[in-house]
Amino acid sequence: MTVSGGDLREMYRRMSRIRQFEATTKELLLKGELYGAFHTSTGQEASIVGSCMALRDDDYMVGTHRSHGHPIGKGAALDGLLAELMGKETGVNQGKGGSMHLSDFSVGSLGETSIVGSGLPVAAGAALGSKLQGLDRVTLCFFGDGASNQGTFHESLNLAAIWTLPAVYVCENNGYGELTAAHKTMAVEHVSERAAGYGMPGVTVDGQDVLAVHEAVGEAVGRARRGDGPSLVETMTYRFDNHAIGIRIENYRDPAEIEHWRTQRDPLVLFRDALGERGIDGDELDVIDKEVEAELAEALEFARSSPAPPPEAAFTHLFTNPIDA
Amino acid sequence: MRTLTYLEALNEALVEEMERDESVFVMGEDVTWALMGSTAGLAEKFGEERVRDTPISEAGFVGAGAGAAMVGMRPVVHMLIAPFVYVAFDQLVSIVAKSTYLYGGQAKMPITLMAPMLYGRGNAAQHSDRPYPALMTIPGLKLIAPASPADAKGMLKAAIRDDDPVISFEDGGLWGQRGEVPDGDHVVPLGVADVKREGSDVTVVALAGAVTHALTAAEEVADEGISVEVVDLRSIVPLDRGTVLSSVAKTGRLVVADPAHEMGSVASEVAAIVAEEAFWDLQAPISRVTTPHTQIPYSADLERPLYPSADRIASAARQLMA
Repeated sequence: MTVSGGDLREMYRRMSRIRQFEATTKELLLKGELYGAFHTSTGQEASIVGSCMALRDDDYMVGTHRSHGHPIGKGAALDGLLAELMGKETGVNQGKGGSMHLSDFSVGSLGETSIVGSGLPVAAGAALGSKLQGLDRVTLCFFGDGASNQGTFHESLNLAAIWTLPAVYVCENNGYGELTAAHKTMAVEHVSERAAGYGMPGVTVDGQDVLAVHEAVGEAVGRARRGDGPSLVETMTYRFDNHAIGIRIENYRDPAEIEHWRTQRDPLVLFRDALGERGIDGDELDVIDKEVEAELAEALEFARSSPAPPPEAAFTHLFTNPIDA
Repeated sequence: MRTLTYLEALNEALVEEMERDESVFVMGEDVTWALMGSTAGLAEKFGEERVRDTPISEAGFVGAGAGAAMVGMRPVVHMLIAPFVYVAFDQLVSIVAKSTYLYGGQAKMPITLMAPMLYGRGNAAQHSDRPYPALMTIPGLKLIAPASPADAKGMLKAAIRDDDPVISFEDGGLWGQRGEVPDGDHVVPLGVADVKREGSDVTVVALAGAVTHALTAAEEVADEGISVEVVDLRSIVPLDRGTVLSSVAKTGRLVVADPAHEMGSVASEVAAIVAEEAFWDLQAPISRVTTPHTQIPYSADLERPLYPSADRIASAARQLMA
């Protein structure tokens, strides 16, 4: 699949946004300005952005507790996301969702969901909705290697397959379900092998190579949009931080392994190299980084200066249509 | 006025809402076969895109209903029987009930679950539950339990049109009950109780199948000079506190008849509300007529006495007057 120069730059920009957003939010968390269980997407940027850039703006996306990167990848503005993490009224969820539940329905991000595996049926349903509405929208569902052991994985892929739904299931296999190595929880080497059980294509790609991800997911999206049904794409990736920030158990991963991924398999570094080969030089990318830095600074200012929600907001949005009784 | 059975009334509600609104569709186990009756003829009329049989996969299809609702559809998800909601519990609690709130109002969740309760017919512990008390503790769900054909139709139509998740608990014991159903677009608002019989001595707040028993009991004790007011709660969430409190203000005595297990039941909630807000209206202690905190046994001899009956409600009313 050929990717235009504009799209290559946009891919880099979104990856840079995720990288810088996470660096900033992690710092704010450690300073106590943010709170709650906090799972960063650092290291997984190529998998996120390669997938999201294969979608149209009006396509849908469902994600996970590791929720910061996905909406950014889908095109969400940083200010509402950052304000959400600060629990502000201007947050994308008006301060109701926080770190594990970012969203932005205006860009098709239907909400990240923090119970592992709980988003997979929702994605099947969104795809069913589009199909019944006669629209050619595709729904992409991110989930982890851990979620592939939940019953909902089986139920959702089966539903998507028997109903030929326009869904793409993207497994971000970062090697660990919380602290337990993926190979200890599955008898097959790759999650993608499980696709055979549902009669759908399953492929495994290098999740640190944004173009490889984009190509594989793009093929799956095309298939879904043509009405040929769902696919499973497994991206082999790695999270650079611990499962959640603040967890003190570190020794479940070999320090040499972490070092290897951080220094040899950093998706931004790899993409910069690939872009260099395509004639987009480092200076231009540095400018994008600077622009993102400025965008983030503005978002931070916006979030900090936004008001906290009023106390009565704890009781709003319980229902769309509240009934007095 | 014409009469319909409870099941026919449900069927009519589904047909009318599917005709009225293209975004309404029905899915669940064996819905095209109408295994539970209420979906009879729908597949023939609307086709198998809008009336779809699902695999036996409750978490999958309840969650799929939620996803479809989030993108603008109005799914009616048939659970086959109410206890199967346990299999879909995370989807129901974490997704269906919470998404509107969690995403700050961005997500609408206009999904209706039909949950028939088949108790009192030898199905034993796993198949006989009346699980609304567990769901009542979860903010974000609306729960209804219509007890007449007219309400079965009107409340199901209101549920389908509502922008929030509604679970309709059908009492299987009422399926064959025949009653008058108004012609035309009969919609009964959610959250409004119905005073089925006026009285001055004892209020019986009843729910689902217990409503019929309460009316029989009221007839029985009327001969003894006890005047019973029967309030059919109809909606569990939202709960019509106003109608309950005004009735108790009038009678000064309360029996709550609820087919669920007693601990944490709707009966318990109504009792707590009245104890907190109408204590000084009461002339006698509140009495709950419910199912005791044990499993539902297979043997008919063991099972039958466990549920609220006209006799149990009548003797509760007599005791309050003693």
